[in-house]
Amino acid sequence: MVNFGYTIWILILPFLMFLLLGLAGHKLKPKLSGLLGTIGLGIITALSYVTAYKYFFTSEKVDEAFQKLTAFNSVWLQLTENLHIDIGILLDPISVMMLIVVTTVSFMVHIYSIGYMHGEKGFERFFAFLSLFTFSMLGLVVATNIFQMYIFWELVGVSSYLLIGFYYTKPSAVRASKKAFIVTRFADMGFLIGILILSFNTKTFDFITLTSLSGPAITQTGGAAFMGLSVLTWSMIFVYMGGVGKSAMFPFHIWLPDAMEGPTPVSALIHAATMVVAGVYLVARMFPIYSIAAPDALEVVAYVGAFSSLLAAVIACTQTDIKRVLAYSTMSQIGYMMLALGVSGYGGHDGLGYMASMFHLFTHAMFKALLFLGAGAIIHAVHSNYMTEMGGLRKYLPITHATFLIACLTIAGVPPLSGFFSKDEILTAALHHNKLLFAVEYAVAGLTAFYMFRLYFSIFWGKERHYHHTPHEAPLTMTVPLMILAVGSVFSGFIPFSKLVTSDSRPFESHIEMAVAIPSVLIGLVGIFVAYIMYSKETAIPDKLATTFKYSYKWAYNKFYIDEVYLFVTKNIIFRYISTPIAWFDRHIVDGTMNLIALVTQLVSFRIRGFQSGQLQKYGYVFVTGAIALAIIFVYLWK
Amino acid sequence: MSPEKFVIMRHELLLTAAALMVLIVEVFSHPDKKGKVITLSAICFGLITVLGLLPSPEGELFGGMYITNAGRLMMKNILNIGVLLVFLQSADWLRRDENSEKISEYFVLMISTLIGMNFMISSGHFLMFYIGLELATIPIAALAAYDRHRNISAEAGIKLILISALSSGILLYGLSLIYGTTGSLYFGEIATVFRGSNLQLLGFIFFFTGMAFKISIVPFHLWTADVYEGSPINITAYLSVISKGAAVFIFIIVLFTVFPVIVAAWQKVIYVTSILTMTIGNLFAIRQQNLKRFLAFSSISQAGYILLGFIGGNQLGMASVIYYILVYIFSNLGAFGVVLAISNASGKENVDDYNGLYHTNPKLSLIMMLALFSLAGIPPVAGYFGKFFLFTAAAEKGYYTLVIIAVLNTIISLYYYLLIVKAMFLLKSDNPIEKFKSTWYTRFALGLCVAGIIVTGFASGLFELIRNLSFGI
Repeated sequence: MVNFGYTIWILILPFLMFLLLGLAGHKLKPKLSGLLGTIGLGIITALSYVTAYKYFFTSEKVDEAFQKLTAFNSVWLQLTENLHIDIGILLDPISVMMLIVVTTVSFMVHIYSIGYMHGEKGFERFFAFLSLFTFSMLGLVVATNIFQMYIFWELVGVSSYLLIGFYYTKPSAVRASKKAFIVTRFADMGFLIGILILSFNTKTFDFITLTSLSGPAITQTGGAAFMGLSVLTWSMIFVYMGGVGKSAMFPFHIWLPDAMEGPTPVSALIHAATMVVAGVYLVARMFPIYSIAAPDALEVVAYVGAFSSLLAAVIACTQTDIKRVLAYSTMSQIGYMMLALGVSGYGGHDGLGYMASMFHLFTHAMFKALLFLGAGAIIHAVHSNYMTEMGGLRKYLPITHATFLIACLTIAGVPPLSGFFSKDEILTAALHHNKLLFAVEYAVAGLTAFYMFRLYFSIFWGKERHYHHTPHEAPLTMTVPLMILAVGSVFSGFIPFSKLVTSDSRPFESHIEMAVAIPSVLIGLVGIFVAYIMYSKETAIPDKLATTFKYSYKWAYNKFYIDEVYLFVTKNIIFRYISTPIAWFDRHIVDGTMNLIALVTQLVSFRIRGFQSGQLQKYGYVFVTGAIALAIIFVYLWK
Repeated sequence: MSPEKFVIMRHELLLTAAALMVLIVEVFSHPDKKGKVITLSAICFGLITVLGLLPSPEGELFGGMYITNAGRLMMKNILNIGVLLVFLQSADWLRRDENSEKISEYFVLMISTLIGMNFMISSGHFLMFYIGLELATIPIAALAAYDRHRNISAEAGIKLILISALSSGILLYGLSLIYGTTGSLYFGEIATVFRGSNLQLLGFIFFFTGMAFKISIVPFHLWTADVYEGSPINITAYLSVISKGAAVFIFIIVLFTVFPVIVAAWQKVIYVTSILTMTIGNLFAIRQQNLKRFLAFSSISQAGYILLGFIGGNQLGMASVIYYILVYIFSNLGAFGVVLAISNASGKENVDDYNGLYHTNPKLSLIMMLALFSLAGIPPVAGYFGKFFLFTAAAEKGYYTLVIIAVLNTIISLYYYLLIVKAMFLLKSDNPIEKFKSTWYTRFALGLCVAGIIVTGFASGLFELIRNLSFGI
């Protein structure tokens, strides 16, 4: 038995770092606080790698399966004999994998931010929030029970809110942070309802008990049905609602593009690589229940994922803000992961989708963080977010150009880069399960290649624009993380995920299915080629296309007016017909009652002030009278 | 007495030794260096507090007149912590010129009252109880008149001693009735023969009156406001927290062990008086401008809430009462500590004077806010959990109406607690309290209060510990 007790430091250290930087940060030199935060995270990263090594290669396996280990546990609130909320650390293949993802990306982002945020006001505040986020995210992934996960789930929401609104003097940033918080909070309400229904029926919060094949969630077949679905299925759909919000799936995706108002490193860390995949992680964490006991809920996961990925890919083709393109691309790729989970079975080769989803989560974290950080370097150089104001940058930003190209090729699924492997597994899993979903994802693969290279060609090729000053390559603190992540993007595809992270923790054999791989590479190349024709040189084709398909283009450009629909519904229906009457009731009935109480209280207290006269003889009189009155009442009258 | 007996009585013995030592040091110290008595007393008392926390054997002395067990020890320890806080908070004030002559009196008198309270809590016999009670009351009258050149302080002393004489008279009368009908003053013996005849009930009511005076339950509370306002602030803090806490402790022990037979009778008495106490306390508190008077009335209504823990006669009730006193010590002493620090620095004691305090003294304002939140019972600070347990204890026994009235009263109390918060944070002032730096003593004491308010709320083990040491009827 390997001892994992030290893993508690993976949680404690970032929290201490947050306290240190948050409370004493303004007294330190900005540079020092940045350095402290980065070193602290370096230690946490090292600890996570050691944990991963020990877990995957030295820990004991039972019947070839990796075991779920509780490295630390402490009862926090004992509600009843059986129901208690714990805080602890659970190690299993996916949580260990997430430790690697979170700490690696977070570490890269920390280093990058030293350069990117240099000279910004609130430098140490930024690092304090980064530490808080890292703490919350790590607490989320190692949660031993669903309630702990919920607590940290909200904490990542808070840190995301704080970081999106980092430039709190900018109204658009404040609006975006509010929007992100409210939309995800609304989804989390569903999550909470799901948790309550689930735990009410199973009498436990604990993940190990919940997901155990002989546990109450899976074996309990009974339970009332509602609208044709069992209570358990409903609870799992509600739980998924939380995941939909956090992972920006349709219909709760509207916050993610706006969240790009935050500093770019934040977008890379939170809104590309880690927090937004929390929804995927949540489904993966509860996967045995979804797969065995609530297949209908899993079907919902698959379709929501597929629809979101298509929707986002179409929108991404029309956007001009490079961070927004990347945001929609993130949504689309997470849709892939959700879909992969949705089409997966449980155990052995049936669990291909599960493995593929986790695999894609891992590779996506690398290349999407790389894309965002690269975008940050570009924005840093030209001081603009719009690709229409860029062009011909490859001469000025050689390192950024090279790494960005690698990332684009990776996401387009060009072999032998990592994206090829993980996407191929997802498509294979979809093909075996559901032809329709496969077709959708196949089309999305082409669209992905197209919009990524549209981005690439417009930024680095095309006509050179007039820049305020000659764009220059970013400092070393920013380019080194780019290079490291590029290496990760290239090689992480060779990690044998089917041996390490699988639905039932047992390894299985997987191989590349040529019948899927060749067409998917081909459509990727087609997408790249189309983008090359349209955007590598200034041509009239894009404009012509836009005018030909005027209406559909306009729809996609305006994100299918989903934001406007929400606004209409909230303003004209909810506010007018629900909130206004409630507000009236609150203002007149509730406040009126309170005012009445206050009035009476004031009046009475004014009337009785004479009692407190200050005269001792009167006090004595009241005292004795009181004693006699008590005696008469309680000895004789009211016995 | 054998050495083990000394260990059993170690709280009282250590305190007596400390009081004597302070007196001796006083005699032999140079008049200009009286200040070191403060340091000495604080350190000495700190040591006693720590020593008190050590585990100790249970047992009886003097033929059962003196009883000690883990629960009573815990009560003494809680009082010790409170007194330590009061000592730390008084240091600055005692260093003033007008007090330099009578520093050691302050400590000796205060320690004497604490000895009285300890005897009272450990009593197994009404005479022991009575001696403890008087020892705990009479020196406080002297302390209330500590600023004897200020008329208002002298008046407070006189009022306290006269009213306490009156209440002692009634209490003794009650005890004599109980003795006359049962033939014993031992708690255990009375409990076995007590049947609740009218005469015995009358005796109980008079006993209740005496305790009600100490806890300032309506209508025996009238002295409170004048004495609190007139006394020096630390004495007010002491009266409102320690003195009240000790009385609550012994009262609940006596109710649960001596008078379980007439539980139905005293539940009615407490039902009525607790409603009166919290409501009247609140109604008066709303109108107060002087912070000491304000805190006096707020502490009366707090006593009303505490009675809720009595009424069920259950173990949870006793645990919640002890826990609440602990929380109340930290919260109320936190509030008093800030009032004292500000009064020392600027001489200001009115609510209006606190306008805009946050801009000049943000830390003090935050501490005050935390303490007031705790007193009002806003989650997640300790006061919330304290009230929560008190109300649960009453609700468990079906006193829903009472709980609803108590909740309404907490809403009213929220209003006036927030008035001060509003003054500190929102209102502006042309003449705000100057920025000042507190001394190490004050900071340490306030730091302890803040830590206490936060830690006692979150450490769920603490309540479990108290609960295990509590008992019901």
